[in-house]
Amino acid sequence: MGFLSWGNYPHIKSKIFRFDKPERLKRIIAENTDLIPFGNGRSYGDSALSKNIIETRKMNYFLAFDEDKGEIRVQAGVLLSEILELVVPKGWFLKVTPGTKLITVGGAIAADVHGKNHHVAGCFSESVISFSLMMGDGKVKICTKNQNKELFRATCGGMGLTGVITEATLSLTPIKSKTIHQTTIKTQNLKETFEAFETYRDTPYSVAWIDCLAKGDALGRCLLMVGDFSNDGDLSYSNKWRLNIPFSFPSFTLNYASIKLLNFGYFQKTIGRITQQKVSIDTFFYPLDFVDNWNRVYGKNGFTQYQCILPKEASYEGYERILAKIADAGKGSFLAILKLCGAENENYLSFPMEGYSLALDFKIEDDLFALLDSLDEIVAEYGGRVYLAKDVRVSRDNFEKGYPKVTLFRALRKKYNLTQGFSSLQSKRVGI
Amino acid sequence: MASVLIIGATSDIAKATARVYAEEGFDLILASRRSEALDAFATDLNIRTGRSVDRVDFDVLDYSSHDAFYETLASRPEGVIVAVGYLGDQEKAQSDFEESQKIVDTNYTGIVSILNIISNDFEERRSGFIIGISSVAGDRGRKSNYVYGSSKAALTTYLSGLRNRLFESGVHVLTVKPGFVATKMTEKMDLPERLTAQPEEVAKAIYHAQKTGKNVLYTKGLWKWIMLTIKNIPEWKFKRMSI
Repeated sequence: MGFLSWGNYPHIKSKIFRFDKPERLKRIIAENTDLIPFGNGRSYGDSALSKNIIETRKMNYFLAFDEDKGEIRVQAGVLLSEILELVVPKGWFLKVTPGTKLITVGGAIAADVHGKNHHVAGCFSESVISFSLMMGDGKVKICTKNQNKELFRATCGGMGLTGVITEATLSLTPIKSKTIHQTTIKTQNLKETFEAFETYRDTPYSVAWIDCLAKGDALGRCLLMVGDFSNDGDLSYSNKWRLNIPFSFPSFTLNYASIKLLNFGYFQKTIGRITQQKVSIDTFFYPLDFVDNWNRVYGKNGFTQYQCILPKEASYEGYERILAKIADAGKGSFLAILKLCGAENENYLSFPMEGYSLALDFKIEDDLFALLDSLDEIVAEYGGRVYLAKDVRVSRDNFEKGYPKVTLFRALRKKYNLTQGFSSLQSKRVGI
Repeated sequence: MASVLIIGATSDIAKATARVYAEEGFDLILASRRSEALDAFATDLNIRTGRSVDRVDFDVLDYSSHDAFYETLASRPEGVIVAVGYLGDQEKAQSDFEESQKIVDTNYTGIVSILNIISNDFEERRSGFIIGISSVAGDRGRKSNYVYGSSKAALTTYLSGLRNRLFESGVHVLTVKPGFVATKMTEKMDLPERLTAQPEEVAKAIYHAQKTGKNVLYTKGLWKWIMLTIKNIPEWKFKRMSI
């Protein structure tokens, strides 16, 4: 039996542990080593893969919802989509949401995910009032920004390596509509792209789709989409209907030519430099959730997402080099997403820092990892880092260069005797 | 608001079905031996759907308590779903009559006791629906589970007769025959994936079947044809088989 991560790579055999009561979870933790909690399988790489996997998805009860205050207490296996179905009609939204709502609350905390509003709202941990963490000895610690502070900082972004998050209380943000007013800005090159981000930096949500196969003068051209919630008072929301990709595409489906065509089509679709749209929550925040199992378009061999971030002052120069390298290698990326991030938080392993993050999908091929290693070198040179929730191959050395607080994380794992009990393929590779 | 009484509400199929009915706008009365074990589940359903979810204690083997149980319900339900079931241990049941009795009484005798009471009420007021969760195991006796299977066969026959009787009163009776379902009850078994339903799938099928007035529901649907085939094997051949 095995679970796959979202990238469908690597394939490993694992023992899957399920539980319906805390006593059972306690026993699983006491009796096994090399455990890693697994939520809804949306991390791309090997961060939730190990010899022994704890399936948390079925621990999914809502425990309390304060409609007046906008606070919700849930078990960790509840999906963000389930929260939205409940809270949007009551005029609330997640303070921070990543580009998929099909992740568990436990996973969102463990990866300290961020969204299109990081530059104004920070990471997911900003919305976490408290969570309960079952550690190696089976004891449950309640963690907040003030109580068990170091556990809070290690667990938010700690990729499940500090124990199993069993429940969490989240603070929500008020909204007056299910509709987002979106402005789309078409840029001609990387310089214009960065200028556009700065121009719209006060708009709470922003993201750019980069045509990463464009070369020369057009390098870094993008569609920048910025937006905010409307005020029209219509809060009806449901998300019952979705498409599905029922089987893996042959791995040759996505090649240089077809991706070039897709990117070109996407870019040409938008006419006019600045256009306005009214779009739904799902279209704006979760465009890919509409297609179940979209990861299967990359074929059986799987794919990975390379997501890195560079400090702001180095972003222009660094991304010029990175994009040129990818374009030269002729490697396709179906998706290339550029985001502006705000100041770094105090969590030990959270990904965002003040700067720009770039995410690109690549199907797994023989020569891919060599290319990604060379990107790592550029990222390290400019003082950036790669995102553990997406990663499946970064070296220990390059990882350490990007995460100076890793020493605090290692010390905490040692102090609480967690190193035997919890590990993933990723944690062993990067040494955390 | 119309409510549904679910008896044996701690089973996985019962919980999934409770969720579907709450989402479809029914208030719920969840009855089980340890109703406090349903507190977290009930809170969850209430938050998700806004429906009221009551818990009451009920022991299917305590026959003499059944009248009082039904009399004292806060409101008369629009429908009842009986999800009580005990798989038991076939080998143990062969040598230990107490185990056999527990299987038969849980799956059949106790259900007859409570459904007699409820069906009289529904017949009198000439409305309502009754859903009984039986099993494909009741379609033919096999050496691996015939004590359980025969108790389910009895339940299936009871429900069929009840349907016949209540038809005139406009009360609908639905017999559900799940095949393999991925639940706590079957956790230790190595079930073939293609023939195994998830509880959520069974729950949706039950709601749909009740709404459309279906009489007998196999889940997954494929089981209807599997059981038809198994039922048609001649006895002289069947007795030599190991299935």
